[in-house]
Parts: sequence; structure tokens; C-alpha cells
Amino acid sequence: MRVGIDIGSTTVKVVVLDSDNHIVYKKYQRHHSKSRETAVKMLTQALESTGGGSITAALSGSAALSAAGISGLPFVQEVFATRVAVESLVGDVDAVVELGGEDAKILFITGGSEERMNGSCAGGTGAFIDQMASLLSLSLEELDRLSLEHLHIYNIASRCGVFAKSDIQPLLNQGAIKADIAASIYQSIVSQTIAGLAQGREIKGRVCFLGGPLTFLKGLRRRFVSTLELGDGAVFPENAEFFVAIGAALEGARGEPMDSADVLRRLSRANESDNKTGTLRPLFASEEEYAAFSRRHAQNGVPETDIDTYDGDAWLGIDAGSTTTKLVLIDENDRLLYSFYAPGKGDPLSALRGPLLKLLELCAGRITLRGAAVTGYGEELIQNAFNIDFGIVETTAHYYAAKKFDDNVDFIIDIGGQDMKCFKLRDGVVDSIMLNEACSSGCGSFIESFASALGYSVDAFARLGLFAKKPVNLGSRCTVFMNSSVKQAQNDGAGVDDISAGLSVSVVKNAVYKVIRAKNAAELGRSIVVQGGTFLNDSILRAFELEIGRDVTRPAIAGLMGAFGAALYAKSKAVGKSGLIGIEALRGFSRETKTTACGLCANGCKLTVNIFNGGKKYISGNRCGKPLGKKAEDLPDSYEFKKDLLLSYTPKPGSLGKIGLPLGLGMYELLPFWHTLLSELGFEVVHSGLSDRELYISGQHTIPSDTVCYPAKLMHGHIERLLEDRELTTVFFPCMPYNFDEGMGDNHYNCPVVAFYPELLAANVSGLKSIKYLAPYMAPHARSFPRLAAQYFHENFNIKKGTVKIAVQRAFEAYEDFKNKIYAFGDRALEFAETHNRRVIILAGRPYHTDPEVHHGVNRLLSSLGVVVISEDCLRPQAKMRLSVLNQWTYHSRLYAAAKFAAERPNVDLVQLISFGCGLDAITSDEVKDILENGGKIYTLIKIDEINNLGAAKIRLRSLLEAK
Amino acid sequence: MMAKLVYDETGRLLFTQEMREEYTILVPMMLPVHMTFLAKILKAQGFKVELLTSTSREIVNLGLQSVHNDTCYPALLVIGQMMEALESGKFDINKTALIITQTGGGCRASNYIHLLRKALKKRGWEHIPVISFNLAGMEKNPGFKFPIKVYFELVGTVVYGDIIMNLSNQTRPYEINPGETDALVDMWTQKLLDEGMSLRRLRWTLGRIAADFGAIPIKKEKKTKVGVVGEIYIKYAALGNNNLEAFLASENCEVVIPGLLDFIIFMGDHHLVDTRRYKIKYKKAAVSYLIKIVFSFFQKRLIGAVRRQGGFRVPADFRTIKSLAGDYVSDGNKMGEGWLLTGEMLELLHSGINNIICTQPFGCLPNHIVGKGMIRALRDGHPGANIVAIDYDPGATQTNQENRIKLMLAVARLANGI
Repeated sequence: MRVGIDIGSTTVKVVVLDSDNHIVYKKYQRHHSKSRETAVKMLTQALESTGGGSITAALSGSAALSAAGISGLPFVQEVFATRVAVESLVGDVDAVVELGGEDAKILFITGGSEERMNGSCAGGTGAFIDQMASLLSLSLEELDRLSLEHLHIYNIASRCGVFAKSDIQPLLNQGAIKADIAASIYQSIVSQTIAGLAQGREIKGRVCFLGGPLTFLKGLRRRFVSTLELGDGAVFPENAEFFVAIGAALEGARGEPMDSADVLRRLSRANESDNKTGTLRPLFASEEEYAAFSRRHAQNGVPETDIDTYDGDAWLGIDAGSTTTKLVLIDENDRLLYSFYAPGKGDPLSALRGPLLKLLELCAGRITLRGAAVTGYGEELIQNAFNIDFGIVETTAHYYAAKKFDDNVDFIIDIGGQDMKCFKLRDGVVDSIMLNEACSSGCGSFIESFASALGYSVDAFARLGLFAKKPVNLGSRCTVFMNSSVKQAQNDGAGVDDISAGLSVSVVKNAVYKVIRAKNAAELGRSIVVQGGTFLNDSILRAFELEIGRDVTRPAIAGLMGAFGAALYAKSKAVGKSGLIGIEALRGFSRETKTTACGLCANGCKLTVNIFNGGKKYISGNRCGKPLGKKAEDLPDSYEFKKDLLLSYTPKPGSLGKIGLPLGLGMYELLPFWHTLLSELGFEVVHSGLSDRELYISGQHTIPSDTVCYPAKLMHGHIERLLEDRELTTVFFPCMPYNFDEGMGDNHYNCPVVAFYPELLAANVSGLKSIKYLAPYMAPHARSFPRLAAQYFHENFNIKKGTVKIAVQRAFEAYEDFKNKIYAFGDRALEFAETHNRRVIILAGRPYHTDPEVHHGVNRLLSSLGVVVISEDCLRPQAKMRLSVLNQWTYHSRLYAAAKFAAERPNVDLVQLISFGCGLDAITSDEVKDILENGGKIYTLIKIDEINNLGAAKIRLRSLLEAK
Repeated sequence: MMAKLVYDETGRLLFTQEMREEYTILVPMMLPVHMTFLAKILKAQGFKVELLTSTSREIVNLGLQSVHNDTCYPALLVIGQMMEALESGKFDINKTALIITQTGGGCRASNYIHLLRKALKKRGWEHIPVISFNLAGMEKNPGFKFPIKVYFELVGTVVYGDIIMNLSNQTRPYEINPGETDALVDMWTQKLLDEGMSLRRLRWTLGRIAADFGAIPIKKEKKTKVGVVGEIYIKYAALGNNNLEAFLASENCEVVIPGLLDFIIFMGDHHLVDTRRYKIKYKKAAVSYLIKIVFSFFQKRLIGAVRRQGGFRVPADFRTIKSLAGDYVSDGNKMGEGWLLTGEMLELLHSGINNIICTQPFGCLPNHIVGKGMIRALRDGHPGANIVAIDYDPGATQTNQENRIKLMLAVARLANGI
């Protein structure tokens, strides 16, 4: 008999084959983090039911690695096992797609065999679906069934689970339909698999789909088949979830047979062995220590009043957070009359309606509502649906609440389900705001869904961690990495208690190192108030105190602080009488949701339209005021100006035929230069235009590195778009290690990606092989350029050298002219702000951030908040600055100069736009922050990537604008 | 009492003559053989030197605290390792200096030294001088000057370090008497330190080293040969790559790692490429030229010694690697490891080593292009190529990395029938 055991990240599969390789036994079971224990039990059962005796056995799967090492049983790498099984059971296929709990794999069988696994930054497929289902309060079966009923698919970032979640969360809060979200979740997995794994190879022909998720989830299957346009080519073999185990059994059969009792004994030995993952100090050394800790924190209660007897005025606060909904009612002495806290279940409106109705009934006759305010992700939806008086930004709400507990508060940290918000206060004014970026989001809800996946409540799970002896070290990059670290710890045999404590420490480290980035506790402040539901977890609170080495204040209502603050805010505004929806209207409350594409401009935003009580409309998903019927105020915005200016370079017929320029990366600034040069030489110069989602999708299959920045990834789509033009025979995209020297830095490089991406395109985009693709190394900054360019174009196109030299001259003039127009725009914008008394925000990034698909409309969002927007390149070159970093990239020198400019002017602020994966901005962001903070300014950064949703950016920008 | 603090006109704290006498210089570990030589040479010049070999987990934590967490992993580790040493209490904070390599060029690695200074400032240790160790003559320090003889010794360090690393990698997996290779490495390291690394007898000494390694009795056993290329720190430093070499040894592989010589010649060469390509003047062109010529000369000596000995895989010279790379990337592609990385993969493929691990820090910018970006094209040109790219990062799990390497090994074994 041949036994194969596949210990995956979430399940164990055991298969027994007879000598003809027929399956005589198979079993599939979730292991709930007890992978080895489960494996031993399942093997025991398997041996019992098949009789045991002399067997061959092999292990496979990501969680079997160290078990194999300890037990000495043979290990078969799982992708390899899949291949063996497919060859034996299915035979004639061209490719295999296998999705597991954590890893995704693609095997190409025909046309040069190749096996691929996802990179570290794109893990967690199955685990991601589990988390999303729990976020939507659906079982996997329900999620799957719903997905089949979808009408509409949203663009959801497909980089990884964390990014996708950042896109989904706001959709939920806007009231998008669950069926559509379910299908969109699947679609993002499909995109991720194609982009991250296929890397230039087309998945076509007969394709076999394997692994748990693809076996059980019909909707996911359907998305794969339709996206890959496979039709009949899709193969869903029987026992698809067992292929790895079968492959292990087949491969293991090549080894020596052993006595089954011996195999079992060896595997059991692995079960007992000790955990090797790095461990941390326990959260509490003793029960006494915990008791003292509990006593200290018990002091921060809130006075309450009985709502059943109270007679008088009251104010309502609502916090529609990412994962929970909170409601608080206070009396005239700020005492708590009523509070409510519950999971939002992906539908904040329904979650709120019941408690709100109950509250109104309780108040009826006796208590007069004098005002109501709402905050949180669901702010606008709730405000519109229930007619709430005020909508306020989270930071404001939290500040109002924290001040109530500690008048001297100078640092507030709030860890909610999705976001972490920290802010420093100086003399009662917000001094700096730190919000997590996409990568470190979702920590709070991660613990929640993790606990529930293991069958614990959050409380019980947290309590387990308090006295864990050896908390495991799970790193702090993001929840996908943490999840993967958990698997490794489990794989090494760590217990649930150690994992619970380890997760708490990881979440805290994430906050301290990634969000706050403080060196020591003194930097944080003297009086620290912690809040947010996540801090109700004692393990987290303790880990935080240990990490910063200081005691903090946790209000007993830590989870309600947003709502409490909103209520206090409403009270401070004294409106007289609240306009809140009445009891009758609320009883008969109805909502209808529709999705539609806005056709008012080229952006084509996907709108979600909510209609309340059959009349009142609320539209979301828009990036500007047009679909709301509002005429946007015409404020200067250099992003729009630059975009229009670039698009004014149109092709002119030329004797040398068409030549194409991909509009991205460095080309965003050098288009005027190359366009003029080539036009003057006699080419008809076309470019690939602005990016959009479709363009990205069309090129994503040739992206070799999934961690490169989004602007670089878009280049693949730009090339595809150029190649669509059949008349185009030449594409020109020069490599430029150096940029122009603007005299602001120690050197004037381009970053490695901007400099050399043209070579990467040549090596990966097969379409370029069928045309003339020119990616010469060029250095227009050098005095030799006219001569070298003349030589180059003479050699390649037989153009007279004199002609080229003149064209080069024109190109320099065009570039100058372009730059001057932008500088002049900057001058006008600043002047406009001055005369109209407006604030200016320098939305500082790179020239290629002008692309709407790159900035996702952040500029419009800022305009809608009433500020003048300019970019860093609107400022004329300044004298060289003294910095504490090497200032050697042209684009980045502008950032430092812009930061200095903002730091010196009262009405100017700077917001840094950073593309995910931009290594250079790891250096610039800290330096820009220092420059701004030295000038007493708040540093704000917005990380952009594929993520389409501006929810988090909006909080940041509103916080910045309301800070002073 | 700490030494008098002297600054240059840009405000940089200098390492002075006074410090040279009193201060201990902390050197981060990368290549054990080479670095041991380096430490010894500095000691012979009267410096107090301490090689940092700690691999404690605290390093990553201190790194995260000290630099932006999206900074490349090598910077995070090196700076974390230094912070750990400074916090350990083993060194007098007022009598310690740090040394770090500085490459120059458009990669963010040029900023390591500045990040280190920022980290020191954040910690309140601005008085600790940082010495830049580079070939290009950047950031001079009055207390860090050497007689010409030392420069020759530094050249010797690279040449001898490379040959010992190269040959020991070829005998260790096959030795009949366990430990014999490592004993020979220690013996030669000591001997060279004692005798001094004279360049005059270099050819003869290289021959003796080759002969000694050639005399190690080996088994005739077929092992999977695995080439390791990538970002320079991650490729070489066990701290950076989770003990990759030890892992591969435990998987019954022979590890093939390109030497440091190529990288140094590359550093000299790429400046010359710019002057040639764009006809721009480069002040230090003469130095670059000298570096290229001198190291190329000694590389030939090394290759000659290995070839004459017979029985060993003979490494290709710089010029060959460059011409191989030229079919895929231009020599103008020079940030980070630049075209050399693609070239090293090609050199491995051409010498029959199809199995390659391309290592890099998570999000390494140049490697997007010359590493991961070229794998597709390399596979197209070399159907047997079996290349896996592995990212290293404070959060990446070893299980994930090893599982991917195991996949590469399973494919390799299938192809080799092992």
C-alpha cells in the first residue's frame, strides 16, 4: 500500500493507494492549527481502516516540511507532487492551476515545463477567502452561492489579500451588494493568480484546476474559466483536493516499504517535538502581575445614567467603523445613557437600524435629542440614510473623546478593525497624525477572524495569550506575512496560547514600527490614551505597554470612543433640535441599492446608488461632484493641468511613418522632448495615452516581478496598447540612468526602475519581438548628446546628422517650454490661493503620478475639499539643500525642495504620494517628514497602488485639513 | 574621555588620527574568509577592530526601530547589527567607530551610510564616527589612511578570499573525511595572515592553495549543483539569507557562489562605461581604470591557478561574463549589481549549472530588472534553466523560502536523475 499525507496550511489530506494506484482510502479535514496532531489521528484512522502492514509513505505540503525533517519520512515538494499526480491521473493537459490555503501554484506542462509558486507578497488565497467570508458574515457555501448571482464586478486590488480587503471594506460601507462583492473577491484572486504567477506565459489549452478552494467553490471556478476564456478546455478532475496527497503517495512508492506501525511512530514523534520558531517574553510572568494590571486599568470607567428614568436633553454619537458599529447616547453631564456595540456584518445600515429604533423608543416622550453626529467609514451613508446632523472625521471624534478622559492627553492611538490612527497633540492642537497604510491595515479584524477560524471568541482567544509561556515571533510586515508566520509556527508545533500572544505582539509592533515609527516612549508623549475595540483585548494592551515601556490609559469604553467623541462633538455644536430620522420613518425604513457606471466623464466611475425610503438618494463611488449634480468649484489643480498639457502633444503626419512612445514612468516628463525630437526628424509620433484599468489588465500577464511599483507594471499595458496599432512598426523607449541636472542635488540619477525598465520590457513582452523596439541608452543632460543622437539616428534611420542636431535643439526648447508652463502654472496657483485665501497642498510625488490610474483621483478629492493643488514640479529649482541623506535623484531632489517650501509658508502643506514598492521613498519619506516637522508642519503620506478606493486617503486628508 | 570631535565643511564627523589610536572599529560581517583577512590587516595597522558576528533576533528589531521598515533588508540588518553591538555594553560608546561600505551609484544602497548616521542621531549617538569603506575615494577621513602596501594587501584579501571560497565550496560537499575542507580553510587563512598577503608571491601561493585543496580526498558522488546569485549582501551573508548555504548543504547540494572579484571589477568598469557611452568626464576615471586593470590581472592569476590544478570548475573571467550578459542587458545597466547579475546567471548556465537561486531583499529595485526581469528571457534562451527568485525580508518566513527552494531542487533532481 502507498500512503500519501498532505499537510497543508489549513487542511490535512490522507490518501492510501493500492499497488495498482487505485484509491482505497481518502480523507480531507481542516486541522485548525493542530496540523501534526490531526495528521497523526488521520493516519491512524487510515491505517486502521485499510489494515496497515508493509507500506510506503511520504509527506507533502507546506506544513509538512519540518515534520518530515523530524520524522525522517520522505518529503515530496507539493508542486512536484501535483505534477506527478496530474501526469498519472489526468494525462493530457497543458497547464495546471492549484490554489491552496496559503499558496497558489501554476504548472506549465506543454511547451517547456515550468512550475511556479506565488511570491511571498502575494500569499494567502484560501485563507483570504475564509477571512472575507467572515467579514461578510457568510459561510463559505453562502459566499459561493451569492457570487453566482452577481450582476456587477468591482475593481478590487489583486496584489494580495490585505490590499483587496482595503478595497472591499469601503464598498461594504457604501452599501454595495454582497453578491457583487463575493464575485469581485473571486475575480481579484483570478487576477492575482494570472498576474503573479503566469508572468508572461499564457494559460491556455486544456487547463486542470486543483486544490481545496477550486474544488469546493463553484463561483471561483467560473471566474477562472471565463477570465481565461477556456470554454471546454477547463478540466476539473475528481478528487482535485487530493492530488498533492496522491502525488506524494505515488512518489513515495519509489522508496523502501516500512512497517505501518513504524511510520505512525515516526510521525507521532514529530508531533511531540518542540517548537523552533523564535519566541518572545511572556506577556505576564504571573497571575499577580496580571491582577495588578487589571486593577490599574479598572480605574478608567465612565459615569452612567439610567435611560429608563432620565428626563432631559441628550446627544447621539455613531461610529460606523470598518468592522463594527457603535452607538452612544450622552446626557447633559456627558454621562452615558445608552451604548451599543456590534459587528457591522458588512452592512452598517442594517446593523444600526435596529438599535437606533430601540433607542428612539426608549427616549420617546422623556428624552429630547439635541444633536447627532456620525463618524467612521460609513459616515456618509449613515448620515444620508438617517439624516444625522453632523458627519465628522475620525480623528476629531477620537480627540474629543480622549480629552474627556485625560485633559493632558498628548498622544492618542486607536486600533480598530481595519485602521490604526495615532495622533500627537500639543497644547490641545493636533500636531501630527499617523495613519496606517494599506500594508499594515486590517490587524484588528485579522485577530478576530483568526480566532473565529480556530473556533474561539476574540475574548477567549485573547485570554489564552495572557499567560502563554513562549509567545511566538510572527514578524510585523502585514497580516499576510503574519498569517504565513503563524503557519510556520504551527508547523513547528506552537500552541494556540503562544500564537495568540504572538499575534498581539505583532499587531503592536506593526503599530509602533510601521505606523508610529517612534524610537522611544518619550517621543510619544507623557499622557497616552489608547482606544479602539482592539485595545479591549488585554493581550494587546499589555503588549503595547511592554513595547513602549510605559503605562497608558485605556478607557473602559475603549471600543466606543469614536461614538462617544461624536456625541460630545454634537453637544458642543448645540443645534437646538436634532434632525434625526423619526421613529415612524425608521420603522418603515427601506433601502434599494443599484450599481451603475457614471458616464459624465472618461473616468467612468462605478457608482453605487442607494435610495432610501423610496425617495432620498445617496450616490457613492464617485471621485468628483458631477454625478451628484454639483458643479465643482474651479480651483487650480496642476495634476489636471499637466495631464491636459501632455495630451496636447498630438501626432503630425511624417514621412518616416509612425513611431510609438509608451506614456509612463520617465516619459511623463520627457514626452515633450522626445515627441518634438522625433516629430522634427519626420516621424508621426503617437503615444499610448493615459492608463486605465483595462490597460493594466491587458499587460499584467507579462509582469515578472510582483513587488515592483504600479507605474512600472502599467508599462506592460502601454506596450500592449501601442502594439494594437497595426501601422506602428517602431516603439521608442530609451533607457536613461541620468535625468536632467537641475542643480538641486549631489547627483541627478533616475531610480533603477525608471532608468532600466525599457530593457525589462524587451525581455518580457513577446509582442515587441515582432516590431522594431528601440531602447537605446541616452543621456540628454550630457554635452555630447546632440552629437551622439545624430550618430544614433543616422545609423538607425539614415537621417542626416545636421537634421538631427536641429531637431535636438527644438526638443530642448520644447522641454524648456513645457517646464516653464508648469512653473508658471505653479506661480498662478500660489497667487490664486493668496488672493482667494485658500490653502495650498503640494501633492508631491513624481511626474508619472500625473496619470489618473496612478493617483486614482487624489487631486480631485483634494479639490473637493476646497484646496489648491500643485505638484512638486510646479516649483522652480531651488538652491542645493543640506540634508541628512544623499540627495542624488532628480525627481527626489524636488521633493525635498517642495517640503522646504511648504515648511516655510503658513498656507502651504505637503502631502506625499508614494507608490507601493518604491524603495527610494523609504528614504525620501523620512527625510521629507523631518523637513516638514522641523517647520512645524504635519506630514501626510498617501500610499497608492492598484487600490482604487480613496476611503483611507480621505480620512488622512480631512484630518490634515482639520488639524489646524 | 572621548576624542575631540572634528567635522568637515559639510558637517560630517571625521574619524581622526586621535580616534585611530583609541577607538574600536565595529565591522559588520559579510564574507567570513574575506572579512577575517580585512580585520587582520586593519589590526596590523594599529586599529582596534571587532568583527560583528551576532545573529541574534534582536538585530531585526533594532533594525526596524532604527530605519524605515521599507528600507532594503541589508541596510536594516547591518544597521541593526551595529545597534545591537552598541547597546550590548561590550563597547565604550565614547570610544567606538563604525565602518560601512559605500558603493555610490543610482541604487539606494548609496544611502546606507546616511541611514546609519540618521539612526545614530535618533539614538543620541551622533558622536560616533562612521567610516565609509569604498573604492571610489568618497568621504575621506584623516585617521583612515594607509601606506600603499596596505592597498596591495586589500587586493590580496579579495583574491585569496575568493580562491579559498571557490575551492572549498567545491571540495566540502564531497570530502571523505568530514571537516577536512574547513580545517584547510582555517589553516590557509592563518597562514596567509601570518605570512602577509604579498602580491609578489601571489601566483606561487595561489598554486599552493589550489594544490592543497586538490589534495583533499573526495567521493565520486553526484550532487545537485546550485548557483547562488543576487544582491551582494543577501547572497553572501548568512544573516541575510537565513543560512542558505547550510540549508543547501543539508539538502545534499554543491553550492556555487560567484566571487567578489567580479563585483569589484564591475565597480571600476561601470564608471568607465559612462564616460565611454555618454562622453562625460569623470574625475576618478583613472582610479576606476586602475581598479579594473589590477583586479582583472589578479583574476586571471586566480583562474590560471584553478585551471592548472585540474579537477575543479574554473570560473569565467570578467570579460567573458560581460560578453555573455551583453546579449540580454546593456552594460549601461549598472545600478546595484546591474548587468553583472544577469551575467553571473548566464555564466552558471553556460558552465552547465542550470539550478540557480536568485536572492534579493524584498523590493530590491535593480533586481526587478536584472534579476527577476531577466529570468523569462534566460529560460527562453536556455531551456534547461531552473531558476527561482527568493525574497528576503524581516517578515518572510523561512518555511516559505525553503519550500520554494525545495521545488527548484525537486525539478533539478528530476532533470539530473538523482
